[in-house]
Amino acid sequence: MKMDENISFYNAAVEHTTEKNDNDIYVLAIESSCDETSAAVVRNGRDVLSNIIASQIDIHTMYGGVVPEIASRKHIECINPVITEALLQADVELDRINAICVTYGPGLVGSLLVGVSAAKAMAYAKNIPLVGVHHIGGHISANYICHPELKPPFICLVVSGGHTNVVEVSDYGRYNIIGRTRDDACGEAFDKVARTIGLTYPGGAKIDKLAKEGNADAIKFPRGHIDGHKYDFSFSGIKSAVLNYVNGCNMKNEPYNKADVAASFQKAVTDVLVGHTIEAAKEYGYKDIAMAGGVACNSALREEMKKACEAAGFNLYYPDPVLCTDNAAMIGAAGYYEYMQGVRHGHDLNAVANLKFGD
Amino acid sequence: MKLLAVDSSGIVATAAVYSDGIIKSSSQVNNKLTHSQTLLPMIDRVMSEAGIKPDELDAVAVGAGPGSFTGLRIGAATVKGLCLAIDKPVIPISSLEIIARNLYNCSTKICPIMDARRNQVYTAVYDSDMNVITEPCAMGIDELLEILASDEVTFAGDGVAVHKDAIIEKMGERAYFAPAHLRYQNAAAICEIAESMYERGEYMNALDFSPVYLRMSQAERERLEKEK
Repeated sequence: MKMDENISFYNAAVEHTTEKNDNDIYVLAIESSCDETSAAVVRNGRDVLSNIIASQIDIHTMYGGVVPEIASRKHIECINPVITEALLQADVELDRINAICVTYGPGLVGSLLVGVSAAKAMAYAKNIPLVGVHHIGGHISANYICHPELKPPFICLVVSGGHTNVVEVSDYGRYNIIGRTRDDACGEAFDKVARTIGLTYPGGAKIDKLAKEGNADAIKFPRGHIDGHKYDFSFSGIKSAVLNYVNGCNMKNEPYNKADVAASFQKAVTDVLVGHTIEAAKEYGYKDIAMAGGVACNSALREEMKKACEAAGFNLYYPDPVLCTDNAAMIGAAGYYEYMQGVRHGHDLNAVANLKFGD
Repeated sequence: MKLLAVDSSGIVATAAVYSDGIIKSSSQVNNKLTHSQTLLPMIDRVMSEAGIKPDELDAVAVGAGPGSFTGLRIGAATVKGLCLAIDKPVIPISSLEIIARNLYNCSTKICPIMDARRNQVYTAVYDSDMNVITEPCAMGIDELLEILASDEVTFAGDGVAVHKDAIIEKMGERAYFAPAHLRYQNAAAICEIAESMYERGEYMNALDFSPVYLRMSQAERERLEKEK
């Protein structure tokens, strides 16, 4: 197979925590909601035997963002090699698989359709139960992989390029959204602010790095609050505030310190994320807090959340960085619990771009 | 040999099961349903009607494009997943040839046209024995009609509904149109050709199969324009 040289493949398997047993439940999981094609074999919901990720990020960087049509075409090229490799690396035959789990939303519909169509066809061909999984349920479940001791209920902050939610995880697969963003997702705000100060896409990790050299108290950016909805978020105000600040400096021909802007922006966002999450845990009476999604990799957010949890006497959980990005292992973890609760989907399962989350 | 044929490149979803020279079961749906919800249940149905299990198949033939990008990918990903699971090869066949096969041995040239928007069509021209006169391409409807100006031609495909008036205006009585039952892709029409392709070794590993789009994505086109 001639693979596009701009696509990088890697196996993000995690060290196993349990021994092999005849009663083990194996799931094959497939994720293709954005620009990563991924397949994984997960045992008993927690042991990741393989987690193959084909990343197209180098291609989309040329365009300054993910191009849906290109992403869909690359998924078609990658889907079979990724699935084949996942089974091979896990050393598990397709006939041994108990369920095929696939992300069916939310995400880019053209991208989702590739994984959904392939998963359905495999499930049909081998008469294996099919389980459709919500992408965000997957992100949250990445915590089960990295923390064998973590069990619901807990409060989870989900922060990524597409989502910003404070979620009450009352049981496996049971999600109650306590707080949501009213405009941009948190990761989106990072990308937009990065562009404003001249950093290239994807900007989140670059802001994180640059902020380490800056003064987080140099500029006072607004903390977004929604009257009457204390757990909701708004990031459009701070995004505009950064833009106004930078434009103001440019108009006056005054140089501005990019590192200070990055650090101050990050502080403003982190304050709100940490504040809402801790407040929710207190009000709902949970001792465990988890984080999930791409922005959960942000070092300032991890640091501030850790401090706040220590002060409040809460336990904090977050996945390893590679499991914070889109990957199939997390879909396998979420799908395993859905499967065990009897969830099954039919051959008419469709991709749903704006799939609703929560009960 | 046992064969499953499918196409979801255009407005219809279609599937057929062929076993030792007989089309055991076939289906074609044109009801504006999404192929994603139609195709696999349809495959399941024609396979059970034919009494054939997936792992009994020797190969899967698929309409490989051109056509709707999303439709092509639903077909491609379905066939790739199916063939990966049963470890059998894919036989890719041009979606235009699939439409043209409906009119095999008719007395005129055969011209399938699929709506490609912006006044363009995906098209190819075949003689009545299915020899290719014009290779599959995306072209303006006006340009196509220029090429065909002096011939008698039978048109088929979902482009007919869009461009019928322009065709009649330009070609008058030299233009014919496929009757409704022969107008769109029909998987049953490709089983025989797929069988002979299989015998000639014209198949591929599902891993290597990608649809033929005939067009770059808009973002790619614009980027290459800028780099010129």
